[in-house]
Amino acid sequence: MKKFLFLLVVMLSVSSLWAQKDGKSENKFNVSGNFQSDLQYYFEDQKIGAVAVDERLLSNSYANFMISYGKFSAGVRFEGYYNTLLGFPNSGGKNDGFGVPSYWANFTNDKLEVTVGHFYEQFGNGLTLRSYEEKSLGIDNAILGARVKYTIAPGVNVKGLIGKQRYYWDLSDGILRGVDGEIQFNEMIKSLNDAKFRFGIGGSFVSKYQKEDNPIYNLPNNVATGAGRINLGYSGFSLISEYAYKINDPSADNNYIYRPGQAFLINATYSQKGLGVILSTKWVDNMSLRSDRNATLSDVTVSYLPEITRNYTYVLQAFYPYASQPMGEWGAKAEFFYKFKKGSKLGGKYGTTITLNYSRVHNIKKTAINDSTPIGTTGTYGYNTSLFAVGNELYYQDINVEISKKWSKKWYTNIAYMNLYYNYNVLMGTAGHDNVKANIGVIEATYKITDKYALKGEVQAMFTKQDKGNWILGQLEFTMPNWFFTVFDNWNYGNPDKGARVHYFNVGFGYVKGGNRIQLTYGKQREGVMCVGGVCRHVPASNGFALSISSTF
Amino acid sequence: MKKFVFAMLFAFAVSATLYSQEVPQVQLKDLKGKVVNSQDIIENDGKPVMVCFFATWCKPCIKELTAFSEAYEDWADETGVKIIAVSIDDARSTNSVGPFVNARGWEFDVYLDANGDFKRAMNVNNVPHSFLLDGKGNVAWQHTSYLEGDEAETFEMIKKVAAGESLKENEAEKE
Repeated sequence: MKKFLFLLVVMLSVSSLWAQKDGKSENKFNVSGNFQSDLQYYFEDQKIGAVAVDERLLSNSYANFMISYGKFSAGVRFEGYYNTLLGFPNSGGKNDGFGVPSYWANFTNDKLEVTVGHFYEQFGNGLTLRSYEEKSLGIDNAILGARVKYTIAPGVNVKGLIGKQRYYWDLSDGILRGVDGEIQFNEMIKSLNDAKFRFGIGGSFVSKYQKEDNPIYNLPNNVATGAGRINLGYSGFSLISEYAYKINDPSADNNYIYRPGQAFLINATYSQKGLGVILSTKWVDNMSLRSDRNATLSDVTVSYLPEITRNYTYVLQAFYPYASQPMGEWGAKAEFFYKFKKGSKLGGKYGTTITLNYSRVHNIKKTAINDSTPIGTTGTYGYNTSLFAVGNELYYQDINVEISKKWSKKWYTNIAYMNLYYNYNVLMGTAGHDNVKANIGVIEATYKITDKYALKGEVQAMFTKQDKGNWILGQLEFTMPNWFFTVFDNWNYGNPDKGARVHYFNVGFGYVKGGNRIQLTYGKQREGVMCVGGVCRHVPASNGFALSISSTF
Repeated sequence: MKKFVFAMLFAFAVSATLYSQEVPQVQLKDLKGKVVNSQDIIENDGKPVMVCFFATWCKPCIKELTAFSEAYEDWADETGVKIIAVSIDDARSTNSVGPFVNARGWEFDVYLDANGDFKRAMNVNNVPHSFLLDGKGNVAWQHTSYLEGDEAETFEMIKKVAAGESLKENEAEKE
């Protein structure tokens, strides 16, 4: 590792002595990188459950440096957590510290790509393998090893990889091996290059080795998962489907049962100018795979089960978020986008966009394997079910309507209504809690004072008789060239406990120039997704000052 | 360790002043599922190219691209600029990108970066993040976030790059 880094330094130092050569890109060194640091100063606030931290100030920072020369490139990432911000995966301090958790080197030419070091990869829709990073959530399950990608012929691609996943500053116990192949017939067969009909197939196979160590049960050393996918298209129609199967994999996620796992998803879409329709369905049973059978939460996940529900960004709409249930779920979604044309009655001068969305998720039907074994008993087969068997328990349902309209050069509005059913116990992992039924309304209006100065106002309201009751949220954001200022309050006015009717009040401002951005906020914040000053990010709960600096160079 | 970090940063800082950033070679998918190369899609006969990273769940991204969409025809007529929108939506919503974009009538070339490979290679921290490439595929200017009216500055930069002006000199003058 040290030798690798030393070599990188030498390359950089030498590159600074070379004169820049014009012309062919193969002769030029390219250097780039980025940096981000989030710091928070925490005040204790018992009313909202905010704890004081001994350090007073916590921070998450990282910096990437990358160099490329012709077909070669290499990079390194430094990360520092002194100490990790609250709300990020830390597992009792495992994440704290400073180090170099990612380094890699890559060679790419027309047909071949080889990567050694840390890399990210996804096979198909991720059902068998997804290694990725999501800094705002603290997820990074990069694979340290080697990966080769090869284009056998136009439209025929294969990939192979081997390695161990990142686990904070260490590596997972298990070793991953995987291959993926894909054929896009339209690219492979010349006469189909421009055909209206599109057809592609793909398949992946992933195997995890982890020496079994259980004193009571006989666990498999190797767990394999495989998937096949078919993609069809005709003009504006598109159909994407994937089926995955995993052999028996007793793990902490499934209470150490010997059932195999299955997942099936289908996505059908139609789009043309001014109209888009999406229909999806997903059925999952026991499909969690990790590099360590004893891992939990977001550690060393291998399989990725895309959520079927919509991604919400308004704070109150994202209040009760849905998370995939790898132990079993069936979901369906219908989404519809339409733009009323400019000049039409409903479209107005600039056009009006409407989005309709409906999604529903149930448990899957499980039956006991025999009369004396309850469903999910450790060390047994677990339960019986069959593909597409849907249970009666509703996990989640949402109906959403959103209308965006530009009224004039100065006025723009976005109005949304959402009806939500949320199975709190299943989705939050509690017991005895009421299911939440809520109606949520949002009105957002932007007024352009001049071409460069604007004021945006947002009012959101949630009406519910369960959990913490009603909420109302107001936000004002003023923007001018390079600067933005915000004021925000989220008030839990309907909390059944009168003493807990808290105002989550927040002020902030920021500066943006080129690829650089700095933002300072002060106040109380609930966990959620926030769009402020032009950027959307996930934000954990806090009370105090928060400073965020980010730069791309 | 500290000496190493210092040496790296110093070497990097020196190199950065001498070399521009070229777009790296990364695989992306177009809306029809075809695998494309990032260096191929930015070809535009020596004219400027805007590469805009966005996500369907990112409201400021939608505002930025809507503003660009309304001005695209005029911008393209005047400077020959091509706008490429790269979606970082992951498997949860990547299949929604086509219908989402088509319904809005955006005329850009749209590509899918479902696992963030291109986002990482371009060192993007958050979306929206846009890069302005000169005719040779080098990054001439970049911009993060979107504040109302930012498209005016973006167009100024596009015009300068189309005219062959060096943006580094202009930035030095401003300071």
